[in-house]
Amino acid sequence: MLVYKSDIVHFSWRALRGYPTRTFLMLIAMAIGVAAVIMLTALGEGARRYVTNEFASLGTNLVIVFPGYSETSGLNPVAMVGSTPRDLTLDDAQTLTRSYSVRRIAPINVGSVNVSYEGRSREVPIIGSNYELMELRHWELAQGQFLPKTDLDRATPVCVIGGNIRNEIFGAQRALGQWLRLGDRRFRVIGIMGSEGRSIGVDVQDTIMIPVASAQQLFNTPSLFRILVEAKSRSEIEPVKQFIINTIKERHQGKRDVTVVTQDAVLATFDRILGALTYAVGGIAAISLAVAGILIMNVMLVAVSQRTAEIGLLKALGATPRTIVILILSEALMLSAFGAGLGWLLGELGSFGIRQAFTTLPAQAPLWAVIMALVVALITGLLFSLLPARRAARLDPVLALSGR
Amino acid sequence: MIELKDIHRNFQVGDQQVHALDDINLNIKAGEYVSIMGPSGSGKSTLLNLIGLLDQANTGQYLLNQQDVTGLNDEEQAATRNQTIGFVFQAFHLVPRLTAFENIELPLLLAGIDPEIRKPRVEKALLDLDLTDRSHHTPDQLSGGQRQRVAIARATINEPRVLLADEPTGNLDLKSGQDVITILEQLNANGITLIVVTHDMNIGQRAKRRLHMVDGRIESDQT
Ligand SMILES: Nc1ncnc2c1ncn2[C@@H]1O[C@H](COP(=O)(O)OP(=O)(O)O)[C@@H](O)[C@H]1O
Ligand SMILES: [Mg+2]
Repeated sequence: MLVYKSDIVHFSWRALRGYPTRTFLMLIAMAIGVAAVIMLTALGEGARRYVTNEFASLGTNLVIVFPGYSETSGLNPVAMVGSTPRDLTLDDAQTLTRSYSVRRIAPINVGSVNVSYEGRSREVPIIGSNYELMELRHWELAQGQFLPKTDLDRATPVCVIGGNIRNEIFGAQRALGQWLRLGDRRFRVIGIMGSEGRSIGVDVQDTIMIPVASAQQLFNTPSLFRILVEAKSRSEIEPVKQFIINTIKERHQGKRDVTVVTQDAVLATFDRILGALTYAVGGIAAISLAVAGILIMNVMLVAVSQRTAEIGLLKALGATPRTIVILILSEALMLSAFGAGLGWLLGELGSFGIRQAFTTLPAQAPLWAVIMALVVALITGLLFSLLPARRAARLDPVLALSGR
Repeated sequence: MIELKDIHRNFQVGDQQVHALDDINLNIKAGEYVSIMGPSGSGKSTLLNLIGLLDQANTGQYLLNQQDVTGLNDEEQAATRNQTIGFVFQAFHLVPRLTAFENIELPLLLAGIDPEIRKPRVEKALLDLDLTDRSHHTPDQLSGGQRQRVAIARATINEPRVLLADEPTGNLDLKSGQDVITILEQLNANGITLIVVTHDMNIGQRAKRRLHMVDGRIESDQT
C-alpha cells in the first residue's frame, strides 16, 4: 500500500490550490521570514566587506608603528589615541629603512593650523609626511607633483593640497605655484590630490600635506604621530614587525615603548566583529522563521479540523495512518518550499535594492545564510506540521465522517 | 462471509453507558442482499461501521472471510477496507476540490496502483454509471443523484466483496433514489454482498433478507 510520490505531490498541490487564501497567507509568512534572514545577513556582510575594502585602501602589507606600549598585546586603545610615554623621532623612522624586507616608510605627523590666502583664512588639518606616502596609500595626483624626494629632516616650504581645499581657497584661480600661509610660515603649492585619496577617518580632499620636517617645525614638536611601514610582501609582514620592535627597543635604551600593529591584525579584528554581527542578525532573523513555523502549525491544525470529514473518508477508503501523515507533511513541506523560494527571491531583490540605494555597501547575503534560511524554513515547516499530521492520523473515522 | 458473535458496542455519554450494539449475532453469506431497518438511534450505523472496520466492538468476535479481524492492526485494517469493503454514505462524502474522475480514483491511488493502470479502470466505472460527460466536474457541479453515483463508482472501483450503504437515498429525491437502488441491486446481481441501512420501507422491503433493529438488538431477521 505504498502511494506513488507523484500522487502525493499532486494531491497536496490540489489541497493547496483548494484553499488559496490560506495558502497565500502562509506563503507570505514563510517568505517574509526567509527574506528577512537574507536581507539582514546581506546588510551585515555588506558592512563587513565595506570595512574590509576600506582597510585594503589604506595600503598593502602595511605595518603601523604607534608610540607607547601596554602589556596587553594587540590593538591598544591608549596607543591608538597616542598618549606618548616616549617619542618616536625622525631618526627612529630613518633606521627602519635599513631592513631588506621594508619596501618604504612614511613618517606621519598631524595637526591643524590656520591657513590663509589673500585675506581669507580657515582651520585646516595638516599631514606631515614624505614622498613615499602617496605610493604607500595608492593615492593619485590631479595636478603637479607630490612631496619632494629629499632627506626626511629637510624642511622644504612646499605643500600638496586636497581637491576641496583647492576649490575653497582658490576657486577658479590657478593654485599651482601659489604661496599659502600656514600658521606663521609660507608654503608653495606644488600638487593637488586626485579624487581617489580617501581612507577611513581622514578625507585627503580636506587636508594639506607638507614635508614631515616642516610639520615638526610648524607644530614645534620633535615627535611623530606614527610611522607607516610597507613590507615587501605579505610573508615579510611578521619579520618586519619583529625588526621594528627590536630596532626601536635598541634605540630606546632597551625599553619596548612602541606598539606595532599589522594591517592584517586590525582587519582580522574588524572581520571577526562584523562577521559575528552578521551571524547575530542572521540568528535573530531566523527566529522570525520559527514564528512562521508556528503559523504553519496553526494553519495546518485548522486545515486538519476543516478537513476532518475528508480525512475520515480517506481512512474509510483505505488510507493508513502513515499515508495520512505523509499527505499532511507533504502539503506543509510544499507550502514551506514555495514560501522559502519566494522569500529567497524577495530577499535577493531587497539586497539588490539596498545595493542600488547605497552604492558603497556591497550588500549580498553570504551563501551560508541563504542555505541556512532555506533549510531552517523547510525544517520548521516540517517539524511544526508533525503535530497536526499526527492528530489527523489518529482521527476516529466514524466521528470524522459524522462531523462530530 | 461476515460472522458476528456476541458483539457488544458501548459508548460512554457523560456518566451514562449507551449500548449501541447489545449482543449481536449475525451471519451474512457472500452475495446476500440485506437491508437493515429500525428507528433512529437503534444502532444501524454502528453495526454497519463495525462490519466496515471503521469501528471496533468492545467485546465479541468478528470473522470476515473466515479471518478474525478483531485483532488486526491499523495497516491491515486499512488494507482490508481498501480491498474488501466499499462504503456509500448518506452525505456522499466526495472531496469537494477533486473532480468526479479524481474522486473515483482515490481508492486506487491509496492502494498504490500505477496511474497508467488506473485511468482505464476509472473510465470504465464512469461509463458504467453513465458519468462519462461529468468526468471533469467537481461535486458542486453535480446533482445529488450524480454525486451518489460517483460515490458508488468510488466504492466499487477496487471490486470489493462487500458494499455497505448507510441511508444511500436519504439525501436524494424519489427518482434519483430509485436509480441509486437499481444500481446497487445490479451490483448485487453481479455478486457483490450488499448491506443497505434505510428508513424507507419501500426500499427495505426489496431486499431478500430484512433485519429489524431496536435498541441495539436485532429484533427480527426475515428472508
Ligand atoms: N461516537 C458515539 N458516541 C456516543 N454515542 C454514540 C456514538 N455513536 C453512536 N452513538 C449512540 O449509539 C446509538 C446508536 O447510534 P447509531 O448507530 O448511529 O443509530 P442509527 O444509525 O440506528 O440511527 C445512539 O444512541 C447514538 O447516540
Ligand atoms: Mg444512522
